[in-house]
Amino acid sequence: MLAEKYPEDIKEILAKYPPERKRSAVMPLLYLAQREGGYITKEAMSEIADLLEMTTTEVASIIGFYTLFHDEKAGKYRMQVCTDLPCALRGADRFVEELCGNLSIKVGETTPDGLVTVEAVKCLACCDKAPMFQLQTPGGIEYHENMTVDRTMELLEALRKSGKEVK
Amino acid sequence: MANLLLRQRDIPDIEKLDVYKMNGGFAAFNKAVTRMKPQEVTDTVKASGLRGRGGAGFPTGVKWSFIPNNIWPHYVVANADESEPGTFKDREIMESNPFQFLEGAAIAAYAVGANAAYIYLRGEFWPVAAELDKCLGEMEKAGFLGDKLFGTDYSLHIHTHLGAGAYICGEETALLESMEGSRGQPRIRPPFPAIYGLYGKPTVVNNVETLTNVPLIVEKGADWYKSLGTADSAGVKIFSLSGRVNKPGNYELPFGTTFRELIYNFGGGVMEDRPVKAIMPAGASSAFIVADDNALDTPMDYASVRTLGADLGSASVIVLDDTVSLDWVISKTIHFFKHESCGKCTPCREGCYWMQHLIERIEHGEKTKENVELLYSVAKQMQNKCLCPLGEFSTMAVTTAIERFPQDFGFLR
Repeated sequence: MLAEKYPEDIKEILAKYPPERKRSAVMPLLYLAQREGGYITKEAMSEIADLLEMTTTEVASIIGFYTLFHDEKAGKYRMQVCTDLPCALRGADRFVEELCGNLSIKVGETTPDGLVTVEAVKCLACCDKAPMFQLQTPGGIEYHENMTVDRTMELLEALRKSGKEVK
Repeated sequence: MANLLLRQRDIPDIEKLDVYKMNGGFAAFNKAVTRMKPQEVTDTVKASGLRGRGGAGFPTGVKWSFIPNNIWPHYVVANADESEPGTFKDREIMESNPFQFLEGAAIAAYAVGANAAYIYLRGEFWPVAAELDKCLGEMEKAGFLGDKLFGTDYSLHIHTHLGAGAYICGEETALLESMEGSRGQPRIRPPFPAIYGLYGKPTVVNNVETLTNVPLIVEKGADWYKSLGTADSAGVKIFSLSGRVNKPGNYELPFGTTFRELIYNFGGGVMEDRPVKAIMPAGASSAFIVADDNALDTPMDYASVRTLGADLGSASVIVLDDTVSLDWVISKTIHFFKHESCGKCTPCREGCYWMQHLIERIEHGEKTKENVELLYSVAKQMQNKCLCPLGEFSTMAVTTAIERFPQDFGFLR
């Protein structure tokens, strides 16, 4: 239960919005729910729905609409490589292909050890520092800019060893 | 000239509150609240000629003046959803000169009588939002936010709100829907947000860069600001330069700087010294400019760029050289818009779907005249029929690529 685990966070989130408009808290609360394991469970959906006086279907529609919310488990890290036009003009397509080749997976797949899911995504507002990707973990998001395949493999190796959480 | 917006490039550590204060920070907000009526602030911004930096270029002070005084409360929302492919200026402002942006938001709130303001950031800017939250906490401690500011009756609270990955939320009514806890789908306008905005109340939605100009205008005056830039486009602009150039990045320059100056003097020229083939001045939403000498020497302001059959938009200049084929480029833009179409209106939802089908056909060997003509016809039929600019913008690259670069599609029109 989120309410038992994060009472202070929930209070703080709700305080941002007028009391009669608490539905505004749905996205921040979904982020909170996603801290547990990197995706949103059915239980969390209905808990958020009850808390905000919405239906579970309405909550599910929010999850479906926004790309950063997930309702399925993936790798511990989601590596989202921008392959949109400006990045692609600076080698992003080649980068993601080579990276996936090195990891022996296809774009969108997870490594067999469950460490990382590599995805190709749309613009991340970092067009001058391609190739780049964001690393999404249950705890947050961090950008890695001006990357090479070699440095990315090193980063993955370090993550595998440390089990570090991204804040 | 020293940077006015990207001041971190001249003043180290300006992202710290004490350094920002030492360099005149929050003097403008203090001046506005203690010595100016809200209407005077709006009038000053109106007289400065400041236009919205998010892409539409609407006069900022005019937008503020639409807020009615018979419906309350009022809100200010800063649009930090920066998601246009090729645009990466707001992130740099918020990361490196956050207090100037926040001061601008605070002054906007005072000008329209709002006691609450929100900053809507795209979800990927999670770490940026965390830093802004710290900044807001510091401002509260320093007496720049909270109740009875500077000994007056004016109160202001600012909160951040994270989106979660949806380009459409940069459209102001979709952003408001998203903030209210719904899917980010645009509203039918009118009524405009100035009358029916956040929670159905009068709301000003301004881009981050727009607001970052405001403290300087209040401090130095409208005439000073108007003296920068061109008659049509006052002030400075951050040009996000990307694509096939040697030094991509943000360049803060007066309006009226030419494409050639941006690409060669600041951007270090084209990679491998290739010639510029085409320019997209407003990111993926752009029409293509044929990069001949006339175009390269055209001043970048709203009116001049329009003479080239394109819009300056958010000034996200993507440079394409002669190694790039435009059928590949529009495949990228079409896939982007197909992914980001919110699905609310039929022309955009179905049009983007079919444009994607057709460009995939063309890419996979069926580069026939029939397929290209059909793609062109779908794009043309979408124009002026979509609910919001996203659908309209999705067609700009498609129609102008086929019209202006027919050789890239295997035939001459």
